[in-house]
Amino acid sequence: MKISNRKFYASALLISALLAGGASFYASSSPDGLEKVAEDVGFIETAEDHTFGDFTLSDYGIAGLENARLSVGFAGLIGVVATALVAMGLFMLIRKKAPSKNQ
Amino acid sequence: MHIPDGFIDLPTSAAFAAASAVAVAGAVKGARRQLSEQSAPLAGLTAVFIFAVQMLNFPVAAGTSGHLIGAALAMVLVGPYAATLALVVVLIIQAFLFADGGLTALGLSIFNMAVISVWVSFAVFMLLKKILPKTKSWLVVATFISALISVPAAAVGFVIQYAIGANATFSVGAVLNAMVGTHILIGIGEAIITALTVSAVLASRSDLVFGWDKKNTTLEIRS
Repeated sequence: MKISNRKFYASALLISALLAGGASFYASSSPDGLEKVAEDVGFIETAEDHTFGDFTLSDYGIAGLENARLSVGFAGLIGVVATALVAMGLFMLIRKKAPSKNQ
Repeated sequence: MHIPDGFIDLPTSAAFAAASAVAVAGAVKGARRQLSEQSAPLAGLTAVFIFAVQMLNFPVAAGTSGHLIGAALAMVLVGPYAATLALVVVLIIQAFLFADGGLTALGLSIFNMAVISVWVSFAVFMLLKKILPKTKSWLVVATFISALISVPAAAVGFVIQYAIGANATFSVGAVLNAMVGTHILIGIGEAIITALTVSAVLASRSDLVFGWDKKNTTLEIRS
């Protein structure tokens, strides 16, 4: 049952890409828990616009791309790549190095 | 549960940003000890997977959705220190690239989801591991329960921040009731996704799972 490192990492990346790039189109667009509570209780009015609200990728869509499926899909894929680069970079930087062979 | 700017006042946001910075510095130190050549790539992939699944809002009640936080998932897979860092990476990318979660509120969100959620689920997980039989099935049960609790735990974090520095005057009790109720429902979704994912990794590469004792694993290795 044990699969190789390479196969395991590749599958994890592929699944993430399919979820963010494909399945995300079917996500519920209802307000999330905090937003709904803020609406129901009443403090939603204190929310301010996001500093980067007009940014190309804001709210997981490509600004100007009409096709909703492509818009959220591409945004998702960009997010996957960005997260991979930052997270891999960070964890490779701080991991324990294997002791070198002549030690 | 990404907090927009404006809900919580700036002094409170700054205080929690400072607390989060201290926690993140501690997590870097801890992860440096815990992350090996083997587990570092898994920690990176866990962050990627969490980013992807956080896009998948599922309906929990009329007009309300929720999505995975991923704190318990990362904690079981790569340990609490690396889990905190994975969540921080995801939250920073969401806030800066996708305008999801306010910038001045980032420290508040990091504190709730990358610190409280991770470490509460870790405490619950370690306690359950002690009292439950040491099999993979029971490990998944411990994972399910830790994930379930991790979500209302983060919600309580927000309520504390609201109580200290809300820019609104609605009663804390009302916010507490609504937040905890809603996030227990979302926690069930969190628990299901987390348990399924951990089961899949346990089935394919149990040796990579932080929460699964390697001692048990050695008994299963067939050469």
